[in-house]
Amino acid sequence: MALQAIAFYVMAAVTVIAGFCVVSARNPVHSVLWLILTFFSAAGLFVLMGAEFLAMLLVVVYVGAVAVLFLFVVMMLDVDFAALRQGFAQYMPLGLLIAVFLAAEMVLVASTVATKGAAAHNDTPMASGFGMDAPNAEAIGRVLYTDYVYFFQASGLVLLVAMIGAIVLTLRHKPGVRRQVVMDQVLRSPKTGMKIANPKPGEGIGE
Amino acid sequence: MNAFLLEYLPIVIFLGIAAALGIAFILAAVVLAPTAPDPEKLSSYECGFNAFDDARMKFDVRFYLVSILFIIFDLEVAFLFPWAVSLMKLPAEQAQFAFWSMMSFLGVLTVGFIYEWKKGALEWE
Repeated sequence: MALQAIAFYVMAAVTVIAGFCVVSARNPVHSVLWLILTFFSAAGLFVLMGAEFLAMLLVVVYVGAVAVLFLFVVMMLDVDFAALRQGFAQYMPLGLLIAVFLAAEMVLVASTVATKGAAAHNDTPMASGFGMDAPNAEAIGRVLYTDYVYFFQASGLVLLVAMIGAIVLTLRHKPGVRRQVVMDQVLRSPKTGMKIANPKPGEGIGE
Repeated sequence: MNAFLLEYLPIVIFLGIAAALGIAFILAAVVLAPTAPDPEKLSSYECGFNAFDDARMKFDVRFYLVSILFIIFDLEVAFLFPWAVSLMKLPAEQAQFAFWSMMSFLGVLTVGFIYEWKKGALEWE
């Protein structure tokens, strides 16, 4: 148990420090790297709670894909560091206000869940398979595709909308680009691809 | 609970080794390397000019598109994992329902996939 507590405090501290570094780093690329560290330590916290599947998902989806997306976005923006720093003092009070509200909300939710919610009545964490002796992924699979089928289908539709939205918003074809058309290549035969000419000596073939 | 966490002990040990090794090399470079700082060492070429511009340049928006499409299919695969693990352990009629619900999920995403294929979003110019 002591080891578990040490692991929790180490990972919680890393999460908080890395999260702070995300907003305080001068270089946006460094911010993204700190964000990856935050994701990793948050995944460690999930494992400590017994939410194995979520932890692995966090690593695969957030570290593997979302962080890369953020890196591309950071690289894509033409970031002017001097201009970025300018408004800092001006927006500080508003930012602090929002931070205080968020913190208050989180404390409220956490304390409500701890005293009145699900966590108050059972000792095993909800995340570790609903108290069943099943691995995490299996416990999710038992209910996700049957009991929660509407949410599952809705998430599929959300993904579809995201896919179409991304294509509609960002896809621009440059005019005059010749693409590879596999069908044309396959259908090309010696008859269409080759011409037999019979030039007279000294004349050549005029195009 | 502890037996479950013990499965993760090797990862922690590897992390510790990796962190220790990394820190050891950085410290070794600080302690052991000869230092003779000179402003000329930091300057540009002896003959030549300073850089005109920042090395950072704008990326094509296409990278972003590929990345976001990757995320979407990554999530689709994430939904497949619990399905694959639990499908055979469900009661028969539930398993059938779960199978077809996944098929319709995949069908919806296949519609999107056909759309992006036809639009040429996966082609690089």
